[in-house]
Amino acid sequence: MEKTVNQKAWFLVLPVLILVAFSAVIPLMTVVNYSVQDTFGNNQFFWAGLEWFEEMLSDERMWNALQRQLMFSAIILAIEIPLGIYVALHMPKSGFWSSFCLVVMSLPLLIPWNVVGTIWQIFGRVDIGLLGYTLDALGIDYNYTQDVFAAWVTIIVMDVWHWTSLVALLAFAGLKSIPDAYYQAAKIDQASRWKVFRFIELPKMMGVLMIAILLRFMDSFMIYTEPFVVTGGGPGNATTLLSIDLVKMALGQFDLGPAAAFSLMYFLVILLISWVFYTVMVNLDKKGM
Amino acid sequence: MTLELKAVSKVVDGQVHIHPTDLVLEKGTMNVLLGPTSSGKTSLMRLMAGLDVPNAGQVFWQGQDVTGMRVQDRKVAMVYQQFINYPSMTVYDNIASPMKLMGVSAQEIDARVRETAELMQLTPMLDRKPLELSGGQQQRCALARALVKNAGLVLLDEPLANLDYKLREELRVEIPKIFEKSGSIFVYATTEPEEALLLGGNVATLHDGCVTQFGPTPEVYRQPVDATTARVFSDPPMNFLPISKTGTKIMFGKGQSAPATGALAALPDGRYTAGFRPNHVEIGKHAADAVEFTTTLTVTELTGSETFVHLDHEGERWVGLIHGVHDLAIGEALKVYLDPRHVYIFAEDGALVAPASYALAA
Repeated sequence: MEKTVNQKAWFLVLPVLILVAFSAVIPLMTVVNYSVQDTFGNNQFFWAGLEWFEEMLSDERMWNALQRQLMFSAIILAIEIPLGIYVALHMPKSGFWSSFCLVVMSLPLLIPWNVVGTIWQIFGRVDIGLLGYTLDALGIDYNYTQDVFAAWVTIIVMDVWHWTSLVALLAFAGLKSIPDAYYQAAKIDQASRWKVFRFIELPKMMGVLMIAILLRFMDSFMIYTEPFVVTGGGPGNATTLLSIDLVKMALGQFDLGPAAAFSLMYFLVILLISWVFYTVMVNLDKKGM
Repeated sequence: MTLELKAVSKVVDGQVHIHPTDLVLEKGTMNVLLGPTSSGKTSLMRLMAGLDVPNAGQVFWQGQDVTGMRVQDRKVAMVYQQFINYPSMTVYDNIASPMKLMGVSAQEIDARVRETAELMQLTPMLDRKPLELSGGQQQRCALARALVKNAGLVLLDEPLANLDYKLREELRVEIPKIFEKSGSIFVYATTEPEEALLLGGNVATLHDGCVTQFGPTPEVYRQPVDATTARVFSDPPMNFLPISKTGTKIMFGKGQSAPATGALAALPDGRYTAGFRPNHVEIGKHAADAVEFTTTLTVTELTGSETFVHLDHEGERWVGLIHGVHDLAIGEALKVYLDPRHVYIFAEDGALVAPASYALAA
């Protein structure tokens, strides 16, 4: 077949190129720019090479923040995914109550993140918060501004409250797409409830669950607003997650060079983990899981 | 081994899905449930399987009342229109799964899986996952899962409907062979009369939740008990035409008439409905006493060796199936002929009063 060559076709991709350039590439390049230079003010920059990257990699502060971040993401995934599946399995499949559940469950997803933070910040206060006051009255020592454990519990419970619905909604969509005949076939085979879950529902939900895990991982790995509003990264540095640390460094201390190097590495880590997830997901799809 | 339904009926939310039905299915028979979509084929199968409990009536299995017994406790296997296999298991494990749950020994499971896989031509695919198979192979796997159980009752709910034409033909030929080896009672639901004829055995025609007729397939085809059965068991549907008999004459439509011969001679005078199959519509006068009708051609469909002609006869829509490719102009008047020997006569309430004489001779 003869190919028609028409170089003018390049103009058709131009709008997208411009859009992407201004929305992503140019801002990113300024970060790259900062990451390889040093300044002493007056808008004078000096070439620093990979110095900031080396400094950040040997900085315990960043490693600690990364550790906290991984722990946070791991904990919320370990809670939200099984809980979301559990909720989805027990939701009414159709009718009024099904729609009702869907609407009620979507509500936390519609609340702006800083409002979620504020809600929990007040909710957990010992003097005026319903949760904090109740716990205090029950004799449980709970103070998220001073106690590391309480602070962690608070931000984790907050995230679970905010995002489990998303997992549940996705899992529910996955469940709904399973034809009734599968359940009948299992019934005829005398399969137990657990086997129905293990061999029909779970494999059929795998696709949406992978999406749920990917979304929740990325979101939780980049979380900033809610813990910042509730704990501000404290007590001490106990809940200073990666992005909170990054903002402290860039805007609090105005260490632009290290912060830029930090954010590039942050970006690469997210990209890497997401790529791994994506590859696994595509492979699972091929296997028909 | 027999399955007997006694006055079984099913009502869901005030809607009658199955009218009281009596059916006796014998051991080692192929029974086709034939009817259009939502005529109650699946509902009837669910009642047979025990997936649903009838509102009234009883189900007997080998003379024992099993009404209300759970499907888990019956020996039933079912295959669906969708290809239902356990997605995360290999073909081998899929076929083995019902036996594992029944507690069959590992050695026997292996032997039976391999035997069934061989029968279903799945041996090279045993290590694959269902979604790595073609549609036909997936359905074979589902069939193998149903067969391996040695269930006394095997229900096939439009198993070939989702397959493409070629695979469908292939499996259509195989299913009766497989069935012969198993000795179980097979129940096969389909919307296609052609499939019912190919499968042979018995056929039960369904219409709006009623079994209109049950008997050996060729017999039901040749002598449908009423107009509804005739319509269901004919593709394209049977054509109808109001007629009347006076004395020794049969009056067709406007003016045409034919002598009342054979079985028709004995009929009392009155109004009837004549029915004839599309393949009996002719565009040339072949029999000397053929009746001529002037119709308007509305649509033609060429299939290669045959031509479907859609005709309008005084407001009645007819379909004719004629051999060969014909170059006919749409909208033009077309003379068609009908041999009186090919005509079924139904009473006004739809009951068959005289079968076509060719059907009697056969």
